[in-house]
This record gives sequence, C-alpha cells and structure tokens, in this order.
Amino acid sequence: MEFIAVAFDTGGKAAVEARIKSADIAERPPVLARLMGWSPDLWAKQTPPTYLNLIDEAHIVGERYGMVNVPQGVWIDEAGHIVRPAESAGTADMVRHMNRETFEVPDAAVNRGIEIRNTYIEALRDWARNGAASRYILPPAEVRRRMRGPEEADVRAATHVRLGRHLFASGALDRAKHHFDAAVRLCPDKWHYRRQSYMLDPESIGQLNVTPGFWAAVDALGDESFYPPADFSHAQ
Amino acid sequence: MAVSTILYDDHTTVGLGAELDGDHLWLTPADLQRATGWTLEPEGLCRGDACVRLDAGWQDVQGRVDLAALARHLGQPVVREDTAGAWAFGASVNTRRDQLFALEAPDFTLPDLDGKLHSLADFRGKKVFMFSWGSY
Repeated sequence: MEFIAVAFDTGGKAAVEARIKSADIAERPPVLARLMGWSPDLWAKQTPPTYLNLIDEAHIVGERYGMVNVPQGVWIDEAGHIVRPAESAGTADMVRHMNRETFEVPDAAVNRGIEIRNTYIEALRDWARNGAASRYILPPAEVRRRMRGPEEADVRAATHVRLGRHLFASGALDRAKHHFDAAVRLCPDKWHYRRQSYMLDPESIGQLNVTPGFWAAVDALGDESFYPPADFSHAQ
Repeated sequence: MAVSTILYDDHTTVGLGAELDGDHLWLTPADLQRATGWTLEPEGLCRGDACVRLDAGWQDVQGRVDLAALARHLGQPVVREDTAGAWAFGASVNTRRDQLFALEAPDFTLPDLDGKLHSLADFRGKKVFMFSWGSY
C-alpha cells in the first residue's frame, strides 16, 4: 500500500517543511502523544515520514475529491477506483474540547479520540491485508451516496482559490486574501479554505491557527462536528 | 483592458496579449492554444477529441477568439483579478461531478519538498491511502 500525504498549503514548502523534517519531530510536545492517541511505544518510535509528501498550494485535491477539511483520507484501490470517499481519517473532535489557554484536553475526550483513531487504523490495516475482501471498503453506490457532490459554488470557490494562490505567489497578498475570502463565502463548510484564509500573512505561514477568529468559527458550528468520525456502520 | 495571465486547468500562462472588451476576452488563436489547448480548426474549436462549433460572435474581425464566450458555453466558472490582469477558468460542475461519480480517482500532479513532480497515476496497481493535511 502506498501512503500519499497532500499538504493543502498555499505557503508551499516554507509552510510545511519544518513539520515534515526531523528537527520539528524532535521538538514535538508530549501533549501530542495524548492528542494523537500514541502509546509510549509508538511515541518512542516516531520518525520523519518515509511516505510521499506532496504540496498542494491551490488545494486542487480538495476540490477533485470533495474534501471539506484537513485531515481527510481517501482509499483508492489498485485499479484506481475510490473505495472510500473523503472522510475524517481517524481524527476526533479534540478541538471542541480543548482548553484554549493551555491546549489541554479532558481525559474523556482524549479517550474518545483514541478510540476513533484506533478504529480507523484497524480498518485501514484490514484493507491493506484483505484488499477487495475487506469489509471496510464500500460498494460503489454507497461511495457515491457519501460523496460531497460538487455544486456551482464549489467549482467557483475552487477557481477563486486557484487565482488566490497565483496572486499569493506573485506577492499580491491583499488580493489573494480577497479571493480566499470569496471561496469561504461560497463554501463556508470547506474548512481547508477557511483555515487557509486565516493563515496567509507571511508571519503566520506554517503556524497552527489558534487565533480568536478560528475559535469563533469553531464555536459557530454549534452542535455540528468539526471532524465527523468515519462511518464504518456498513462494515458491521 | 489587457489580460496577460490565464489560469486554465492546472496551467498558468503568462505574457499573453489578451484583450477584454465588455464581456468578451479576445485571444489570438496562438495565445488561445498556448493558454488553454483549444485550437481553431475548420470544425470549430477543438481540444483532444472534443470540438465545439464556433458560434456567431465568438470571433472578431482580427480572427481572435472570445475565450469568455467559450467558457460560458462550457459552463466553466470564471474569476478575474483586474489589478493583476489575470483570469482563472475552472472546471464546470458537470465535469467535476462526472469525474467524481465515475469513482475513477481523479488524477493530479504535485511537487514534493524537493520540487519533484508526482502523479497519482504513477501508483496504479497499488492500493493508495491518500490523506490531506495542513500546517494551519
């Protein structure tokens, strides 16, 4: 099985390099072990990724696969067919429970996050072992039913983002922001556009967004989930 | 008004001599081909196996082609930035919907940290777990 990580990052290499290279990994705060559900054994084994890491400055993969946030995962079989569409890839709603001063997360939320993550990883391992016989792959009709089919607003928003990325690369930051903001207005549910739009200033490139604007957007979700867990009910 | 940059499919073409006149975006056939891959043929405008009949008003007296009119015909979203003389043309919603619902994983080509390009199609024959992330 091939793992391909795609960074939706208009800041390009400057935004993502430190996260991928070993120096940053050595500085990972231990609280991440809790947030990611890594056991002490896994934490001790952490290394830089050996899988392919790609950079998608214009978020084109997000458009083509109907993604609405990061991280999301897609399963593609040997024939190039989508067997699970874009969905949260083992990520839990930690952000909804996080203390905004200390970034600590209550035990109950951590435990729920670990459960969601492990369930997803076990499903992925099952597919790796069993391929087409895995109970976690979905029949085509179910894949289509779960897909976020594109609407006019989606393709227009993606076009704004493409132009915004071009303007960003040209140094026209204010105009780039204008087009990212337009994409957010067209597709308010696409968090990768929204989160990117907050983080275009040169001083914020590569930083995790914990600004009041981000928290306000999260709060505006109300009872909706930031990372709805992958639905494995079909496998039961 | 001059338009010098066109974003079309995954390509960005600069140094064009396109001219905006009302809602027409006039390009010479050479610029049209360079920016979009569409060529002026006896059948109309063609790209790959597809040809579109040239409607009245799509060509001016200088022989230039109205790319904005073609985009409207194809249902493509068009976004412009006049301060930069740049226009972006997206895929139509039908194109994207057909691609996605066919369940054929849409291809893409992107760089890694070293700038080396990789395409999803390179991995045909293997299972692929693809996941997005962002630094933000």
